[in-house]
Amino acid sequence: MLQQAFNGLVGGAFYALLALGLAVIFGMLGVVNFAHGAFYMLGAFGSYVLLDSFGVNFWIALVAVPVALGLAGTVLQRLFIRRLAPLDPLYNFLFTFGLALILQDLVKREYGVQSQPYPRPDLLAGTVDLGLFTYPAYQVFVLAVSVTLCLLVWLVLTRTRVGMIVRAATERPELTRALGIDVGRWVTPVFGFGIALAGLAGVLAAPMRAVNPLMGGDLIITVFAVVVIGGLGSIFGSVAAGFAIGLVSALGNLYVPALSQTLVFILMAAVLLWRPAGLFGREEALS
Amino acid sequence: MPRTDGTPILSVEGLSAWYGEAQVLREVSLQVGEGEIVTLVGRNGAGKTTLLRCLMGLQERWSGSVGFLGADITRLPAHRRARQGLGYVPDDRGVYSTLTVEENLTLPPAVGPAPWPLARVYETFPRLRERRSFPGTKLSGGEQQMLALARVLRMGARLLLCDEPTEGLSPLIVQQIGDILREVRRQGGTVLLIEQNVHFASTVADRHYLLAEGRVVESLGNDEMRARRHELLEYLGI
Ligand SMILES: Nc1ncnc2c1ncn2[C@@H]1O[C@H](COP(=O)(O)OP(=O)(O)OP(=O)(O)O)[C@@H](O)[C@H]1O
Ligand SMILES: [Mg+2]
Repeated sequence: MLQQAFNGLVGGAFYALLALGLAVIFGMLGVVNFAHGAFYMLGAFGSYVLLDSFGVNFWIALVAVPVALGLAGTVLQRLFIRRLAPLDPLYNFLFTFGLALILQDLVKREYGVQSQPYPRPDLLAGTVDLGLFTYPAYQVFVLAVSVTLCLLVWLVLTRTRVGMIVRAATERPELTRALGIDVGRWVTPVFGFGIALAGLAGVLAAPMRAVNPLMGGDLIITVFAVVVIGGLGSIFGSVAAGFAIGLVSALGNLYVPALSQTLVFILMAAVLLWRPAGLFGREEALS
Repeated sequence: MPRTDGTPILSVEGLSAWYGEAQVLREVSLQVGEGEIVTLVGRNGAGKTTLLRCLMGLQERWSGSVGFLGADITRLPAHRRARQGLGYVPDDRGVYSTLTVEENLTLPPAVGPAPWPLARVYETFPRLRERRSFPGTKLSGGEQQMLALARVLRMGARLLLCDEPTEGLSPLIVQQIGDILREVRRQGGTVLLIEQNVHFASTVADRHYLLAEGRVVESLGNDEMRARRHELLEYLGI
């Protein structure tokens, strides 16, 4: 059971990285980024292509792919999302949704739907003795990277002036502008950062999950549920809910396997009935 | 006594505003002189909040022109207006729950010639010092209002735009808010105050604009305001 719990945390690590990006993007831009899963998929494919076609190893991909995707994200935001922002939010809904389909189909056309293999990096090929059980070193690494990143982001958000501005602009973008802060200047880097996190999650996923064009679409549905459970726009809530949902669905898988796919959504419905704004959301965020 | 020296610190000309197709402000013009406290009185839905949103650059559909400190700020985005010295105290107080009390105070950049140092803010509002590391929204309603006022003072705003700061607060807190606003004026500050409380308005302000159905229908001196208090109260439906 402990081992299953650990599996859950590793799964939660992916939810947390993706939900964190979605939450800051939603908070600061008011955009529900349906293309988030596609960027996760591109992260995995990016590292696959780098290795397969150029012999570039995992460690370089781990840095290069998120950076490249983050930059692509900033361009995307400047060229399209920013222009659609003053219109009805539905436009950016449709735009990111369409973009996700386009990206997915482009990759599908090139590589087909079957999964591509991606070997674990040699350094992390073995197992680690965790005392009560041994566990694949790579999974431990994934968990460590995710936790470290979430902690770093948390430190930046709570301890620096930039973090304070991001928190303020996430909670009340309009008011924050009226208090003399050029929120627009922070929007592009924050969007790029969110996309980079999705890309990083994709690179981390490549050696342990199937690398195929549909991997993002499958995962992102659950991540949306995670963000809703954590509280739309709550950065802390989305990370906490990410790990919690990972844990709950892994344990659910163990005890009630029949429900493993739906458990998250049952949970979401229950949380929404109990607290309509999500676990860490503010009620007024709904209006 | 108004200390207007002829050139208003704020001058609004022909301001109109819409929400979708509905026009809520019609050709509003008004002036506020440096060192004055001017109130904007009007019933619910008259367009008072919308007027402040236009001044702050937050309203989407509007026309007209706004001059501040001798410059035309009509085309400036909200954050540049704040940096010119407009201090916004919104009707919901605008306190952030994800920021501590102290972060709420220090979020806006210090602008203008005389931003209050944090030490002075805490001297004036000891309660905020005690609660400096609490999340902003853990404060009581009155304390949140003090925080919203303290924030624009720390910022060094030249003109405070206060949207119904006394609404829903106890008489004691209302009195404290009055003291603060009078103190602001004593220091040469200027305030445009939205107020439904006619009595309070007449105790702090120098002049009053009466807004009805999106138009300024009257401009009243303080004496006139006091004399016609009952009529105005009835008009406001209070
Ligand atoms: N976001 C909005 N969308 C559409 N209509 C709005 C919006 N905000 C205000 N209105 C309408 O515009 C008119 C003016 O509203 P405004 O909030 O400026 O009035 P107010 O004088 O501040 O009222 P109150 O005393 O209730 O605060 C009202 O009829 C209101 O219903
Ligand atoms: Mg109002």
